[in-house]
Amino acid sequence: MPDVVIVGAGIVGAACAYYAAREGLSVTVLERGNLAGGTTSRGEGNILVSDKEPGPELNLALASRTRWRELAAEFGPDPFELEEKGGLVVATSDPGAAALTRFAEGQRATGVETVAVSADQLHDHEPNLAPDLPAGVLYPQDMQVQPVRAAVSLLAAARSLGATVACGEEVVAAERGPDGRVTAVRTRTGRYPTDAVVNAAGTWGGQVGERLGAPIPILPRRGFILVTEPLPRVVRHKVYSADYVENVASDVAGLETSTVVEGTQGGTVLIGASRERVGFDDTMSVEVLRRLAALAVRLFPFLADVRLMRTYHGFRPYCPDHLPVIGADPRVRGMFHACGHEGAGIGLAPATGRLISQMLTDGQPDIDPSAFAPSRFAQVTTG
Amino acid sequence: MTSKSERRFDVLVVGAGPAGLAAATSATRAGARTAIVDAGVAPGGQYWRHPAPSEHGVSAAEVAHLHHDLATYHRLVAGLPAVAQFFQHHVWTVTRDRRGFVVHLVDRTGGGEQAVELHSRRLVLAPGAYDRQIPFRGWDLPGVMTAGGVQALLKGHGVVAGQRVLVAGTGPFLLPVAAGLAESGARVVGVHEAASPPAWLSELGAVIRNVGKLGEGAGYARVLARHRIPVRARSVVVSAHGTDAVERVTTMRLDHQGRVVPGTERTVAVDVLAVGWGFTPQLELPLALGCATRVDVDGSLVCEVDDEQRSSVEGVFVAGEACGVGGAALATVEGQIAGAVAAGASSVAPRLRRSRAALRRFAQAMHRSHPVPPGWVDRLSDDTTVCRCEEVPFGALRSMQQDLVGHDGRSAKMLTRVGMGYCQARTCGYAVSCILGQEPSGTSGFAERPVSSPLTLGALATSCPTENDPPPAE
Amino acid sequence: MSQPHFSFDGSQIPFRPGQSVGAALTAVGVRSWRSTRGAGRPRGLFCGIGVCFDCLIVVDGRPNERACLRLAEPGMEVSTQEGTGHGDLEV
Repeated sequence: MPDVVIVGAGIVGAACAYYAAREGLSVTVLERGNLAGGTTSRGEGNILVSDKEPGPELNLALASRTRWRELAAEFGPDPFELEEKGGLVVATSDPGAAALTRFAEGQRATGVETVAVSADQLHDHEPNLAPDLPAGVLYPQDMQVQPVRAAVSLLAAARSLGATVACGEEVVAAERGPDGRVTAVRTRTGRYPTDAVVNAAGTWGGQVGERLGAPIPILPRRGFILVTEPLPRVVRHKVYSADYVENVASDVAGLETSTVVEGTQGGTVLIGASRERVGFDDTMSVEVLRRLAALAVRLFPFLADVRLMRTYHGFRPYCPDHLPVIGADPRVRGMFHACGHEGAGIGLAPATGRLISQMLTDGQPDIDPSAFAPSRFAQVTTG
Repeated sequence: MTSKSERRFDVLVVGAGPAGLAAATSATRAGARTAIVDAGVAPGGQYWRHPAPSEHGVSAAEVAHLHHDLATYHRLVAGLPAVAQFFQHHVWTVTRDRRGFVVHLVDRTGGGEQAVELHSRRLVLAPGAYDRQIPFRGWDLPGVMTAGGVQALLKGHGVVAGQRVLVAGTGPFLLPVAAGLAESGARVVGVHEAASPPAWLSELGAVIRNVGKLGEGAGYARVLARHRIPVRARSVVVSAHGTDAVERVTTMRLDHQGRVVPGTERTVAVDVLAVGWGFTPQLELPLALGCATRVDVDGSLVCEVDDEQRSSVEGVFVAGEACGVGGAALATVEGQIAGAVAAGASSVAPRLRRSRAALRRFAQAMHRSHPVPPGWVDRLSDDTTVCRCEEVPFGALRSMQQDLVGHDGRSAKMLTRVGMGYCQARTCGYAVSCILGQEPSGTSGFAERPVSSPLTLGALATSCPTENDPPPAE
Repeated sequence: MSQPHFSFDGSQIPFRPGQSVGAALTAVGVRSWRSTRGAGRPRGLFCGIGVCFDCLIVVDGRPNERACLRLAEPGMEVSTQEGTGHGDLEV
């Protein structure tokens, strides 16, 4: 009988499986669809500290970044395509430049490396940027991985430590013993006895929580990414406009767009980022694409003559307070959540996986997890 | 008469091949304000491809002998002056608004690139199909071309692709390609058809009801005989050789199970190999609108339509190859039905229904007798290119399959870059689905293309909506 | 009336109005005009109808034009495309 069933084979489930297996736990991963087929495959693979204000999420991000580098040292960087490319945040107006400088100062106090970049230095870092940008901040710690490769590698490592990964297994309910503790997880076709279950279902974590008797407030926040034709490496860093920082922490339901532009090893340039709370609406929005294209051309004028080859979209798992849910659920003994990482799941996955494995084994957590506790939601404590 | 400055229509037809032309003319005859949109330079699609109209250029008369049933073509084209025509306009996506649909186009007339939007209450999608390909050693050498590409050079540009051409693959389409080449002065060194010659005899019922189609085939056969072109059944090209272009190809015999017979290799000098394995319908626009699909007899993903060519999405009609590859005659009938019903006609003539049913039976008989023979995956070596755009070799897919469980088309793309290049898996999607052991082109994520024609970010950024239409009411 | 021409890598290529760049090149025996960005392999017309994007070519300085679709025009400057065709951008 497994010690833990992990629901979801995205990046967070993969990291939970890997660290739990490394602790010697017997692990089973249940995935409704295919490996890394949800939000993990719909993003750029960001491992960012630059976009986070000082607080618990930035602490988690800094810890997680260290874990990613450890993993790369352990697995070799190739399976992930880990790239320590750095982030360059640029202001597009003078007030924006002042706000960015203040934001970066706050981050520096928490241990984030920041390098102020003046207008005349911007092109040393990014030669193709627009000529009229007032200032920027370079974040050398920002990194990127190929997210599907990363998830698949973590799952493969977990398997080699004895974990089982089952695809096409949709979880429908939990069984509980007389003491209220989880005893088994039922899927559409099978039953998996277990002592513990981890909800790592990402954007669908709310749904899975509900099926397991422990609902949590996770909502989808849609984002589109534009993919250009292949190019030489004309964008070196992850480059984004300072207004991105405001949008990530916003509560507005309508469409928000900010500019995020970066090159990839495949040669394409990726352009984001839009944020909309439109449920799981799968339809294409030309208006979003138009706005993203216009913003990208504003930052990198050469992109006007570059062709759009495809787009894709995904649904970020979003909590009302923009923090992930990591920890034991007080309503169902043996039930843990590890979801709701919004757009930062790739970056935060290893630290999340470590925390979960420490909680499963009653170990000492690396970092204070209290801000991520499911009990912070009223529906959890009163339900 | 509908003017081109109009931006709002009752019926907008995408595609000006047999199905689209028939749909547009029948919609306009039924009184609808109708537009037709096509990426090509002239009406006709692939089947009735014609040169760009120009003074002193390649004339339609010059290529007339390559065509079949031009009388129908001329009858359909005669209806076009009443239709707003947008040629050299590529649809890059289709969306909905409250009143119907928005067709997003790239206007490429004059070599430019400008984003344009048209609105229509109803759509008839007749996007047609392109040659289906399976990879083999050397298929990425210049001079290896699709059979349809060789035909397009002849019909559309008056150019013979090469001097010594071998035509191979499967399906009735190989015959007109070979005949057209021979009549235009190329030396056709052989037609290598993978199917067994009398295969369609078992489908006699369907064939007898379509003697007209057989007559077409017999005509091509006479041309081939006159030029003494050898036609070999149960024969397949296994490799193309050359350094910077194809110089020779090797063929092998197939046994009755469709497997190559060892020791039957024959190598022949060519400068062009024309190859095709049936057709793949262009499904991206119906898929973008959420139209329900099914897998047809030939393994192609096609749209589900009802008796009046309605897709599962209200207001969207689909006609021609996109609802099942069946050739020009079937496409014309389907287009006629779709155009009339989209324009509000209350009933479909029984004659059209009967004709469609018979032509569909014939098409399915042809599919059953011209399958892609099994075993082609076994002939791939690790260094055979599968994805031409991203230069992904078979070995990369094979080792991914060995290393992983639970992968699908999407993860194959992410892990190997297969299908991630400029053609967006149009060329390799069928083959990769087969290699991954999936239903061909079905659920594997190789048929959806949110951007169905590339456009510059500048053109996209500076495009503006015709007016601010609210989104559809939920 | 004299036949129109466009230039291809410096040579003059004749064409008939209405022909594509790719058709005109094929008519004079040019088989390939692109090298892939990975292995540097030669490519030319494959599908011939705008589907496969193998025949990408540079027209008047603009890369990634499909030679099978782009109509030839007198005086056009056409050249071989290396890799992405965007080698002029600063990296």
